[in-house]
Amino acid sequence: MTIMEPRKHGDASDGMIGGRQSRFEGSLKVTGAATYALEYPAENLAHAILVQATIPAGKVVSVDKAAALAAPGVLMILTPEDDFGMTVATDWGGNRPDNQPYYPLPRDVKYNGEPIVAVVAESREQAFEAAKLICIRYEAAPHVASIADPKAGEGQVMDNLTTKWGDAEAAFAAAPVKIEGEYRTPREYHVAMEPHGLTAKWDGNELTIWEPSQWSHGMARTYSEWFNIPYEDVRLISPFIGGGFGSKGGALAHGAVAAFASRKLGRPIRLALTRPQNFTNYGGRAATYQSIKLGATEDGILQSIIHRGASETSTYATWPEQTGAATPILYKVENFSSQHRVVPVNSVTPGALRGPGKNPSSFGIESAMEELAYKLNMDPLDIRLKNYNDFDRQSNKPWSTRRLREALTEGAEAFGWSKRSHAPRSMREGKTLIGWGIGCGTFPVIQAPSEAMIRILGNGRVEVVSGAIDMGQGTYTILAQTAADVFGIPVDQVEVHLGDSRLPGAAIAGGSMLAGSILGAVHKAATAARDELIGLALSDAKSPLRDTGANTLAFAGGRITPPRGEGPSLTLPELMAALGREQLETTRNTLPDGASAEEQRQAWTTMAKVQGPTMGEFSMHSWCAHFAEVRVDEDFGTVRVSRMVSAFDCGRLYNPRLVESQWRGGIIMGIGQALLEEGLVDLRNGRTVNGNAGDYLVPTNSDIPDIQTISVGVPDYNASALGGKGVGEVGIVGVAASIANAVYHATGKRVRDLPITLEKLI
Amino acid sequence: MRDFSYLRAASTEEASQAAREAGAMLLAGGTTLLDLAKCGVAEPDTVIDITHLSGLGGIAVDANGAMIGALAKMGEVADDPLIKAAFPAVAESLSLAASQQLRNMATIGGNLLQRTRCTYFRDPAVFPACNKRNPGSGCSAMGGVTRNHAVLGTSEACIASNPGDLALALVAFDAVIETGSRKVAADDFFLLPGHTPEKETVLQPGEIITGISIPASAAAKNSTYLKVRDRQSYEFAAASAAVGLEFEMDGKTVRDIRVALGGVATKPWRARAVEKALIGKVLDLVAIEKATKLAMEGAVSHGDNHYKIDLAPRVIARAIMKVATSNVAPSNVGGLA
Ligand SMILES: Cc1cc2nc3c(=O)[nH]c(=O)nc-3n(C[C@H](O)[C@H](O)[C@H](O)COP(=O)(O)OP(=O)(O)OC[C@H]3O[C@@H](n4cnc5c(N)ncnc54)[C@H](O)[C@@H]3O)c2cc1C
Ligand code: SF4
Repeated sequence: MTIMEPRKHGDASDGMIGGRQSRFEGSLKVTGAATYALEYPAENLAHAILVQATIPAGKVVSVDKAAALAAPGVLMILTPEDDFGMTVATDWGGNRPDNQPYYPLPRDVKYNGEPIVAVVAESREQAFEAAKLICIRYEAAPHVASIADPKAGEGQVMDNLTTKWGDAEAAFAAAPVKIEGEYRTPREYHVAMEPHGLTAKWDGNELTIWEPSQWSHGMARTYSEWFNIPYEDVRLISPFIGGGFGSKGGALAHGAVAAFASRKLGRPIRLALTRPQNFTNYGGRAATYQSIKLGATEDGILQSIIHRGASETSTYATWPEQTGAATPILYKVENFSSQHRVVPVNSVTPGALRGPGKNPSSFGIESAMEELAYKLNMDPLDIRLKNYNDFDRQSNKPWSTRRLREALTEGAEAFGWSKRSHAPRSMREGKTLIGWGIGCGTFPVIQAPSEAMIRILGNGRVEVVSGAIDMGQGTYTILAQTAADVFGIPVDQVEVHLGDSRLPGAAIAGGSMLAGSILGAVHKAATAARDELIGLALSDAKSPLRDTGANTLAFAGGRITPPRGEGPSLTLPELMAALGREQLETTRNTLPDGASAEEQRQAWTTMAKVQGPTMGEFSMHSWCAHFAEVRVDEDFGTVRVSRMVSAFDCGRLYNPRLVESQWRGGIIMGIGQALLEEGLVDLRNGRTVNGNAGDYLVPTNSDIPDIQTISVGVPDYNASALGGKGVGEVGIVGVAASIANAVYHATGKRVRDLPITLEKLI
Repeated sequence: MRDFSYLRAASTEEASQAAREAGAMLLAGGTTLLDLAKCGVAEPDTVIDITHLSGLGGIAVDANGAMIGALAKMGEVADDPLIKAAFPAVAESLSLAASQQLRNMATIGGNLLQRTRCTYFRDPAVFPACNKRNPGSGCSAMGGVTRNHAVLGTSEACIASNPGDLALALVAFDAVIETGSRKVAADDFFLLPGHTPEKETVLQPGEIITGISIPASAAAKNSTYLKVRDRQSYEFAAASAAVGLEFEMDGKTVRDIRVALGGVATKPWRARAVEKALIGKVLDLVAIEKATKLAMEGAVSHGDNHYKIDLAPRVIARAIMKVATSNVAPSNVGGLA
């Protein structure tokens, strides 16, 4: 359990909800005092490494490990011949086949880079050296390298992702103005600074895992199911995470290997993926294709949207990167049709990467809208306002809150959009072409139950305890702010304990759902704890506040007083002392009252209780509008983003400083997506050839301009107990389109396939 | 990484002696060597540390030129005020290379011997065929992803580009690479791949670079290094140029011009055809455009890297314009401003 000691910066109001409190764990991280999963000291530690398939498809015929076993330091070699005695765990959808054996090192090779052998040795270096002596024989099978492979075919239409209203084909045919385009996004990767990996240790039948996790409870469940041990016997510890971006939400094959090896060997095992393995052993964002047809009137009123999308998935699981996710809700249109196909290829199953679905979807529709604007000779801002969507036609529900109009107009104002000169290539400085573009984004409000405990200590400190995690987005900080708010105490009187599956259950830190969810639980628990304390203070014979005649008490400025000041005023430690209490613990969750233990377990460890954006009365989403300025060298085709102004409607902001930091992070990733990031696949063998930090480029500081963020949101109490909507994912959504649109404005060249590298412009 | 023995050489002679053994490798800043060892390309039996040896460091600049020790750090040379004044292209080629952290570690000698960034070269487990790594095994890059591969100086055996920045500036300004026993012109130091892409320089086993001398010249003093890439910083060049220029007294006729190209060729590429076409000519946009095209004579693309054939002449042209207008009133230069 990790104790976070909040540090305060700025004035006292910073500590309250809505204040700009700095990150509690910030100084621990910058001074190196924060311990990450791969740094936990463990006695008698051994190291495991993975050997990966070098073919894209086929079978492992044999593994000759004799020489490697004899190499210095080698303790054990695991191959597809080993029966791990493990069983398949519950998948994302909550399905679990009965007693199906799980082979984390499979015999069937499904993609180039799949782990098939593990070497365990006294040192990591010895393990790698021994691995070179292993001789693997394969029986190769035909493969499909990527969605671009002519052998890939059409894939399968996902019926549940087909959306349709009106008659889109007829309306398109009849529309006086039409545009059509095909938009592509490549494989993209998380490239979190902290690599994946874990330390696994058994004590008898109890398993402890130190592993970076966006979901301590969900991952603990997977480990328990793999090994068929009680959930309570697994403890997953993850107080700090060096970036996840969607990649650290689930336990993966390498975790299974390390935990199995540890049990078999009777020693703690550490397994850290190499940087290149961080490109192959779990999925990034799938490559996507979209064709979009827009039909409109002469004055720019949309008549029809026809959207056909496709994304890569693996040959062994279906992960749709939903290209039609933003298309139906951004604009008002009476005739709409969208379909999405998944195309199985020999790659690792893709996964969630910041703004899944919405992100490529927005790239398509937001590029297309500007193409339409230019075709009509309209201002891209005007066309968006003109087609402003008044309600959600897909779910036929009203928006809870949708301040995208404000985001567009206030963003435009801050950006100086009115000074724009419309014609492409009309703004330049010497050889530098300058362009402006807009991209809108959205991300659904996803709700999930959570649980939290509040512990008031005799010394007056208040602890917030939850298994929720903080991967830098600010959970520690906002939870302390919430508790400080409820108890009217300075934030440095609060401690926060997080990142441990033994602590009260919490939603996954994904889909931007954690903050709203866990804040609701902490607020509820803190309020209940305060009420309990009030009850004691007013009734306990030892309490100096008992005979004041008050029927409640006020908590403010670090003191507890009757509401009208009629009587003594005590601090929290004074009251605890008077009551003779060492501590007071209160746990609350946001499940319906009376939820059984099994329901609670299910709520924290599966997606069963997760609520989508339209499951209630409203359609609930975060919204944003990005305004980008690019400078393109006319001769070289190099694009630099020189300015970004982004306006967001994310409801109430619990801590604007941290929210802005998340928005900026999303925008920075979006700049990388627009200009640099692309997994390059060698069609001959399905290998992603630039899977390393030297060749897969993400932006450097010099690629990032001034970024101005603006909040236009209002509290949305349908979206969450305290009025916030998600902030983490939406920041990236729309950025790539805003840049592609700005590049068009600068150069007159429409780049429909990301990233916009220089050869596409010269 | 495999076990290797580590020798801290007591003298250059001892290092040279030990480095003659098969499997022995010199260690300077280690930023190339460790990287290649990690991806399984370099498999030294013995690593000979030369970082502490005296007589291999230092930077000295006088009216005749510069002498840079092999162990001088990239960062030191990039920041040296005298180098910046007399050889701007050299300083800029270094400050635009790698990252500050790497420049603080990496040495000038090591820099010249960095290996190609051909991704196939660096992935031996999956791509056993690589003539540079394993002579005669074939070339995995051909028919694969070739966006960063060379268009000039390629052979049937290898199309890997030389990734270094500094080397261009050295080749452009007739620098001389010095080893214990000989002095080799930078342009002769690097070899074309031909049938032996595994041999990248003329260095013999055990031969240690002791330093580099660069003769002073008016062209070197009026020089620049232009590096074009998708990422603003910390990326190898899509195309780059080291250019130096000296005008006649009239301020517009070219007396001396040096042009070297990077990111597009299998070795640091001196574009003599461009130089020849411009020497004695009045510099104007038409002349520059015509001349820079000559740089690409004989260029062969492999699909993904075709853009380099269009890009490189533009990079040279821009660099020429920069040095042409940098120390001369623009009005003196016909049509350039
Ligand atoms: C991520 C990354 C990005 C980079 N980006 C760039 C870039 O943009 N531009 C660029 O130019 N470079 C770039 N580099 C390459 C970098 O400049 C070289 O790695 C560095 O200069 C090598 O110097 P070193 O001292 O570390 O060499 P080492 O790794 O110590 O040695 C390299 C080789 O040279 C041999 N050697 C070293 N010194 C001598 C000597 N005196 N005599 C004979 N042999 C010797 C060694 O045996 C070894 O084979 C990059 C490198 C990395 C890792
Ligand atoms: S281009 Fe050269 S280095 Fe690259 S794979 Fe071919 S032979 Fe090897």
